[in-house]
Amino acid sequence: MTEPQQSPEKRDFLARSKEFWNPGKTQSWQDMGVDLVIDRREGYLLWDMDGRRLIDLHLNGGTYNIGHRHPELVEVLNRGTQRFDMGNHHFPSQARTALAERLAKICGGDLHYTMYASGGAEAIDIALKTARHATKRRKIVSIINAYHGHTGLAVAAGADRFKKIFLSDQPDDFVHVPFNDPGAMEDALKGGDVAALIMETIPATYGFPMPLPGYLNEVKELCERYGALYIADEVQTGLMRCGEMWGYQRYGITPDMVVTGKGISGGMYPIACVVVREPYAGWLTEDGFAHMSTMGGAELGCLVAMKTLEILERPTVKPMVNYISETFRNGLHEIMGLYPDFFVGIRQCGVVMGLEFDFPEGAKPVMKHLYGNGVWAIFSTLDPRVLQFKPGVLMTADLCQEVLERVERSVGLARAECLAPGRRTRRAA
Amino acid sequence: MTAIVEEILAGEQRESGAADLMLQTAEWAAAAFAGFDRSRVEKIARAAVEAAHSHAGELAEVAVRETGFGVVEHKKLKNELTSRALLDHYANEDFCSARVLPDIKMVELPRPAGIVLALTPSTNPVCSVFYKVVLALITRNAIIVSPHPMARTCSVRAARLMAEAAEAAGAPSGVIQVVENPNLPLIGHVMRSPRVGVILATGGTPMVRAAYSSGNPAIGVGPGNAPVLVDATADVAQAARRIVASKSFDNSVLCTNESVVLAVETIADQLLQSLRGAGAHVARPEEVAGLRELLFGRGSFNVEVLGKSAAEIGGRIGLRLPPATKIIVAEIDRTGIDEPLSKEKLCPVLGFLRVHDAQAGIARARALIRQSGAGHSAAIHSRDTRTILAYGAAVKALRVVVNAPCSQGAAGYGQDPPRSARTSGRNT
Repeated sequence: MTEPQQSPEKRDFLARSKEFWNPGKTQSWQDMGVDLVIDRREGYLLWDMDGRRLIDLHLNGGTYNIGHRHPELVEVLNRGTQRFDMGNHHFPSQARTALAERLAKICGGDLHYTMYASGGAEAIDIALKTARHATKRRKIVSIINAYHGHTGLAVAAGADRFKKIFLSDQPDDFVHVPFNDPGAMEDALKGGDVAALIMETIPATYGFPMPLPGYLNEVKELCERYGALYIADEVQTGLMRCGEMWGYQRYGITPDMVVTGKGISGGMYPIACVVVREPYAGWLTEDGFAHMSTMGGAELGCLVAMKTLEILERPTVKPMVNYISETFRNGLHEIMGLYPDFFVGIRQCGVVMGLEFDFPEGAKPVMKHLYGNGVWAIFSTLDPRVLQFKPGVLMTADLCQEVLERVERSVGLARAECLAPGRRTRRAA
Repeated sequence: MTAIVEEILAGEQRESGAADLMLQTAEWAAAAFAGFDRSRVEKIARAAVEAAHSHAGELAEVAVRETGFGVVEHKKLKNELTSRALLDHYANEDFCSARVLPDIKMVELPRPAGIVLALTPSTNPVCSVFYKVVLALITRNAIIVSPHPMARTCSVRAARLMAEAAEAAGAPSGVIQVVENPNLPLIGHVMRSPRVGVILATGGTPMVRAAYSSGNPAIGVGPGNAPVLVDATADVAQAARRIVASKSFDNSVLCTNESVVLAVETIADQLLQSLRGAGAHVARPEEVAGLRELLFGRGSFNVEVLGKSAAEIGGRIGLRLPPATKIIVAEIDRTGIDEPLSKEKLCPVLGFLRVHDAQAGIARARALIRQSGAGHSAAIHSRDTRTILAYGAAVKALRVVVNAPCSQGAAGYGQDPPRSARTSGRNT
């Protein structure tokens, strides 16, 4: 890789970022060979502050699912600000009610009420609190190496990686079980003291391991049998990314609660939502003031979310997601054929994808070389052999082809770096 | 949703944004379709035309009910001809496979245009959708149909029907799409899209002009104004029957219908008599004035009489015509801007002008088409080959129909052979 020279402006800026913002994070990216400072952005393209163009396949976890600064979202946000602001969370609001009505229609059945947050983690907290209220139980079951965000309950439900440092691991009420292991799941649930199981339909930060056939159905059945609520964290798998509005639809289950965030904001105005089945929404009637959030369900966010859903519900989107998925499936398998000793697996459901590399932390050099070759995709924090590969649902055929060309070159460079003589000893057994 | 929220959400980009997604999906579909071989394409096209053909009558009824234009049985016939018959017509042509031409050391590769944008009219809505979809499919193009708003329901149904059948037969998803709520700004936006490969525009002059000036390749079919010369050598009785059959077909909504008869003086009276015999009412001078007022009193053609029957039009000027009356003949003494009845009339009213001889008729035909309808259609009834050829060479028309009804003949199907002399193309 020819390392582009940093401009003096960028060097200076990175120093200030370390000084005033986050020294550890800023330095880590430099150490990983990614000196990205995002400046301009449009559609699925980013421009670094030094002017380098990158195709965005990270999308900030699907936040930019329909592209950066989607013109219709920009328009609705502009129009919204002519009349509304965040609103006053204490009062009934036209925008909040409209989005809730829309989500009820989209989710169907008795997934009826929507509770609002300003971000995904807060939404997870609301979902877990709601489950505890509905079941009068405390225990929460989640997947080992799960990721649900960083607030109190959400971080407790996630991997140790993000809670030990803050002394926030609470083993008593939070049980973690291995993914794709129905036996372990039953063991965790059969005490009849679990309020909820929470899981991402396909765990993103864990590198998108695919649920085995029948696994999610079995988990849902176990939840029903032992009286625990099933909370589907659809932050990364929802919004057409799996080829349906919600990822769980691909697996034929209906959860008791659905959490959506990131992409529903279109990246334009923060918002996250929990849609809950009517029987479990008791606190909304019993004490509607029990949970509050000044910025949760901000009205401008509601408007943007309505437009995001409107765009995703257009009949043309579903075939487009299928075309994009198929193009990447075929193209990536061809690339895998070129480097079979390094690029060893593709996990895929729609445009939710994880690329596996047979090398310890192998996704990191791939990420670095992709970055050097004009593509931004991120490794999986909780399984760094796997690269999260997240194309947007509205990508054009030309852009997909360009991505594949760049991936082929980058994977080749990463392989050469990892498997170079003298480094083979580092390979996994 | 409250009105305020709905108003905020209804941004200016809602429609164009949705249309852009259609185009993008069509682009994906076209890319996939371009790789199909001939047998897969044939299977898909066959499935689509069979679905279309089996709904030919039903959609003809919907079209007449929705637009008020034309005659159900004639529309049914056109729907049948533009579905199964059209595909049969091209059955032996291969638009998919490469051809090696060793003698000239060349290889011909049929390459699709990509996305066809099809603008379809209100007058011939369903058959235009059928026709354009069939042509797109056999050439492995994706197609987006944008119907005239007056014929929205029948056109959307026609396109959907073919899309479902084509996809069930293995066509890429989104290969046939339809703009459900078309309007001028939206279509303008789509026409200008760099994603469009070619525009097939059938409609009024503004629409066709917009297509031509969109920056994309366009094939336009605008208004006609077909002259029909009947010379002294013609079989006058036959000519009269053919003209009436054509002018009354689908109540004259086809832009290929005869607009003005140019009758050589020596047979003019005989021709009028024969037209009467074939079902025409020949208007008296005061009735001609009434027709002129009814059809063009407001300057442009009165769409209220578009595609209406002769009896109904007669009724509007106080004439009680027998219901079997097929057309009304209005004798005029000039053509040009001071005689509106010499313009295109999409209703069964036929202008009639006496000319001194065939040569004068040719000159008059040229003048008529210069006024409007250049490059469209013309017809002649004659047994003199030299006159026929002189007429064909002189009159600026895409096709000249010889001794046949112009509406049917221009589309390649007449009641009487011979067929039209067609330079290229095909109209509905």
